[in-house]
Amino acid sequence: MNAPVPGLKPTTYIGQDVPRPNAKRLLAGRGQYVDDIRLPRELHAAFVRSPHAHAKIVHLNLDAARKAKGVFWCGSGVDVARAVSPWVGVLTHFKGLKSAPQYAVALERATWQGEAVAVVVAQTRAQAEDAAQLVEVDYDPLPAVTNMETALDPATPVIHADLGDNLAFTRGVDTGGVQDVFAGAHLVVEDTFRFGRHTGVCLEPRAITADFNPSEQQLTVYLGNQAPHMMRDIFAKHLDLPESHVRVISRDVGGSFGIKVHVYPDEMAIAGIAKLLGRPIRYLADRLESFSTDIHAREHLVKAKLATDKDGRILAFELDDLTGIGPYSVYPRTSAVEGNQVVNLTGGPYDFKHYLANLKVVFQNKTPTCQYRAVGHPIAVAVTEGLVDLAAQKLRLDPAEFRRRNLIADDNYPYTSASGLKFEALSHHACLDKLLKLMDYKGLRAEQQALRAKGIHRGIGLAALIEVTNPSALFYGVGGARISAQDGCTLRLEPTGWVTALTGVTEQGQGTEGMIAQVVASAVGIPVEHVRVITGDTDVTPYGGGTWASRAAGIGGEAALMAGHTLKANILALAAAILTRDAAGLDLRAAQIVDAATGEVLLPLAEAARIGQYRPDTLPRAFQPELTVSRQYGQRDWPFVFTNGIQASYVEVDTDTGFVKLLKHWMVEDCGTIINPLLVDEQLRGGIAQGIGGALFEECLYDDTGQLLNATMADYLVPMAAEMPDMVIGHVCTPTKSSELGAKGAGEAGTAGAPAAVMNAINDALSTLSARVTEQPFTPERILRALGKV
Amino acid sequence: MKAPSFAYERAESLARACALLHQHAGNARILAGGQSLIPALNLRLSQPDLLIDISQLNELRHITVTATELVVGALTRHADIERSADVKRLFPVLTQAAAQIAHPAIRNRGTMGGSIALADPAAEWPAATLALDMSLTLASERGERRVPADSFFKGIYETGMAQDEMLKSIHIPLPAAGTRSAFGELTRRSGDYAITGAFVTARKSGATLSATRIAFFGVAGQPLLARGAMAALDGTTGDAAAVARAQACLAADLDPIADLYNTPATKLHLSRVLLARLVAQLA
Ligand SMILES: Cc1cc2nc3c(=O)[nH]c(=O)nc-3n(C[C@H](O)[C@H](O)[C@H](O)COP(=O)(O)OP(=O)(O)OC[C@H]3O[C@@H](n4cnc5c(N)ncnc54)[C@H](O)[C@@H]3O)c2cc1C
Repeated sequence: MNAPVPGLKPTTYIGQDVPRPNAKRLLAGRGQYVDDIRLPRELHAAFVRSPHAHAKIVHLNLDAARKAKGVFWCGSGVDVARAVSPWVGVLTHFKGLKSAPQYAVALERATWQGEAVAVVVAQTRAQAEDAAQLVEVDYDPLPAVTNMETALDPATPVIHADLGDNLAFTRGVDTGGVQDVFAGAHLVVEDTFRFGRHTGVCLEPRAITADFNPSEQQLTVYLGNQAPHMMRDIFAKHLDLPESHVRVISRDVGGSFGIKVHVYPDEMAIAGIAKLLGRPIRYLADRLESFSTDIHAREHLVKAKLATDKDGRILAFELDDLTGIGPYSVYPRTSAVEGNQVVNLTGGPYDFKHYLANLKVVFQNKTPTCQYRAVGHPIAVAVTEGLVDLAAQKLRLDPAEFRRRNLIADDNYPYTSASGLKFEALSHHACLDKLLKLMDYKGLRAEQQALRAKGIHRGIGLAALIEVTNPSALFYGVGGARISAQDGCTLRLEPTGWVTALTGVTEQGQGTEGMIAQVVASAVGIPVEHVRVITGDTDVTPYGGGTWASRAAGIGGEAALMAGHTLKANILALAAAILTRDAAGLDLRAAQIVDAATGEVLLPLAEAARIGQYRPDTLPRAFQPELTVSRQYGQRDWPFVFTNGIQASYVEVDTDTGFVKLLKHWMVEDCGTIINPLLVDEQLRGGIAQGIGGALFEECLYDDTGQLLNATMADYLVPMAAEMPDMVIGHVCTPTKSSELGAKGAGEAGTAGAPAAVMNAINDALSTLSARVTEQPFTPERILRALGKV
Repeated sequence: MKAPSFAYERAESLARACALLHQHAGNARILAGGQSLIPALNLRLSQPDLLIDISQLNELRHITVTATELVVGALTRHADIERSADVKRLFPVLTQAAAQIAHPAIRNRGTMGGSIALADPAAEWPAATLALDMSLTLASERGERRVPADSFFKGIYETGMAQDEMLKSIHIPLPAAGTRSAFGELTRRSGDYAITGAFVTARKSGATLSATRIAFFGVAGQPLLARGAMAALDGTTGDAAAVARAQACLAADLDPIADLYNTPATKLHLSRVLLARLVAQLA
């Protein structure tokens, strides 16, 4: 097959740096975000939001607002509840997880600062906001539960009396005999790690336009979202409509990072009001609302221990994780997942047997938290890697050498971790070796030493990681969540020989469309420019989960590959009928039907497609061309398919100011088959930037009464280009055997490991000053405190 | 977020702007570069009845050198100052400071007068007016008056400007021979408002410093002259002992207030570090 042939050779786009086709359109300002779609007779909504973290709504007076200019409708929680039924964010596989019924607009009580208590619908957004200021709300402030450390104290008020206490969820892992292992260990290190609450800041805020057509009882929702089919199911259920009467369209989405995969009460309210009024209603969260109502994440307090033997082999981990999730567990994925992931992932890259973990998830009167890019990973990785570096330091072992002794051996797979995770095949050692070479680890250490003599404090931090990708139904489906664990791809051969691909996975700026086009073009045998990809429309695209948990390439890509193979076989059958040759001797390459053996061009694909569509009368009577195909794929071999990798950070700490300068960052990772290196590398870089955000800059600051103090882009510090280091990316490729494509996810590994790498680098820089920081973000003040300077 | 509705007029002359300010005393706002006012309107922190747009008043956009001073029109953009050869030659600290104000897009619109009139305690220009001993010309229907910057700033966003007055121009005395100056600030991200920042100027004869002026921003409710530290450095060579004494004075000089991310103690510590670094630059 690989013998030199005179004619066309098979080509593939898998592994090629194909520029994403939508980049040009988006750069040209021709994106179709929700706010770009205008419907006749649409109205604009503005919400009245609670200024209190916890308050009883004693009285709500909408009279003045109703009379304001341009106002069409005003409603309270009770009014909206006529159209939208409440929900409870629990799933059965999180045993004991509890939450209270949540309404689209608060009924009697506001439970966080920013929760909607009333809504105004007017001709323009400005009028709606003017009228919203006229809504009179008489609040009776209640004590706010803000500190998660005291949330379970008997003296602390219980947020939802019906639930009995503020404990939402708890989970333990005990492999047995762990205390004995710690008691007998050569070395035990322990530390406490704090993680600041932060949020994923999307360039395009959450946006919805809901249009209800009473004559057909049809709801169409334009929504900036990652999982349109999930949202269709939810709108149908809570607005009491048949699922087929709901269409969710998510065209261009300006960033999501997990933020846009949850049920937001204000979005549910908009859909409900559209149904009540029979008119299109538009709502766009402004930046202030984004900060106080987009899900937050990562508020954790972790106490952890690590035991080693005298050779520096890890014997055991112990973990105590406390996390605060706001007043409700978010629907439908629940707010138990992040803590659960911390428990699952801690120690993940390492070979050890004994593990004791305890998770407590508590309610608070702050913005609800839920899954945000790399859910739980940054916490688990920081805790693990922080302890690993501490152990290495105590044993006077080089951190790279310590890792070499403990990372799961590359030939030791399949492997089941102490927490019960199953790994198909990882490449920690190959990644470590490659990383050390890429960064010239020895040279860097020498430079660090030399500069230390001059009073310059530089540090090197390593962080090994695993990333949950390509989830099976075990993630959500088994717990009763109606979130598809598979995805489909439909391919339609156009009469021109071009292919239209409809996929269940979605695009939020990461290049999903480009990736699908590459896979389809490769599988079918056509130029990538001949593939047009359609995503994000539940009336059109195959049913599927959408894009989250780094599943788009691994799941959606595999479905596209299978559909591509099938379409190609069907095209060859058609060509065989036209050419009266055996299909087995034909191939499709560069949009030409060729002799598979010689590559000789026999027939243009466009000609075959033309005949297939317009002149089937010329084909044998018994032959029907099948020019539209669909295939579906759900990953069923493993609960999750893991990506692995390792990062390194090189920093300089100004010990007078506590400022950290990021000098360089490296990452080597293994996401199996790389479909598009350009896209993968940029996913990693963007992920690293977001991880650095958490490590150095981002934190949602609250006062004791539950007021969010920094809900603007001036006060909440997102990482920006000027502060980002150069990032060097390398790869090791271990394709997963769970699919033909072999692709694993790459969307979250950057975020998962960057905070740990930066933390370890800072602590390495501070090590000769016996200072250490473990509270993220590592602000100048926290570093100065560790240094005893303030 | 949408701004509440307001009336708008583009003033065709300084006189017209002053007349409108007079008519609507207290309920009108000057719109210059809009880089602070428009966000405040959109956040509904400010709800004026009328915006008087002076952005087309080119008579207020100039940088002029006279025999005794550099005059900067209130509408001069941050970017104009950043790029001015005269400013760079006479007051390189202003060139440096301009480059630290926000980001290029904001500097292209934001004005020096707007920044001084707003009196944001974390802004660069108000502190510069103190360090360089500037004076300000205020205009109103009642005529013009010139006030020293020293007595202009009264508190957070508070100045000595009357409701019917506007800032017309900024006057910077030309530096005496031997003047050295330094500027610096500490920000977590480039373009952010500073945790602390300062301008230091002094006359140097031989190695000895005199007429030292140190103005801090970002630490208190208004830009401040660090008078104790100034005195501690005057007559010294800026040696380690003098710097240490000046640093010690900052506690009383600045009495910092906390910001979102920094306690007063941190702000004081950082101000001391910054002061030492800037004095070293005077050499
Ligand atoms: C993201 C961002 C970052 C920023 N970072 C910084 C920074 O690091 N440092 C910094 O100093 N600034 C910063 N700014 C503010 C910026 O410099 C503004 O341009 C400046 O503070 C105000 O100038 P303006 O011309 O835009 O004034 P406007 O916004 O038009 O007006 C501000 C106020 O001054 C009044 N005013 C304006 N001109 C006059 C006048 N001639 N007479 C009387 N009153 C007048 C207005 O009525 C209004 O109350 C930032 C702004 C943004 C948006």
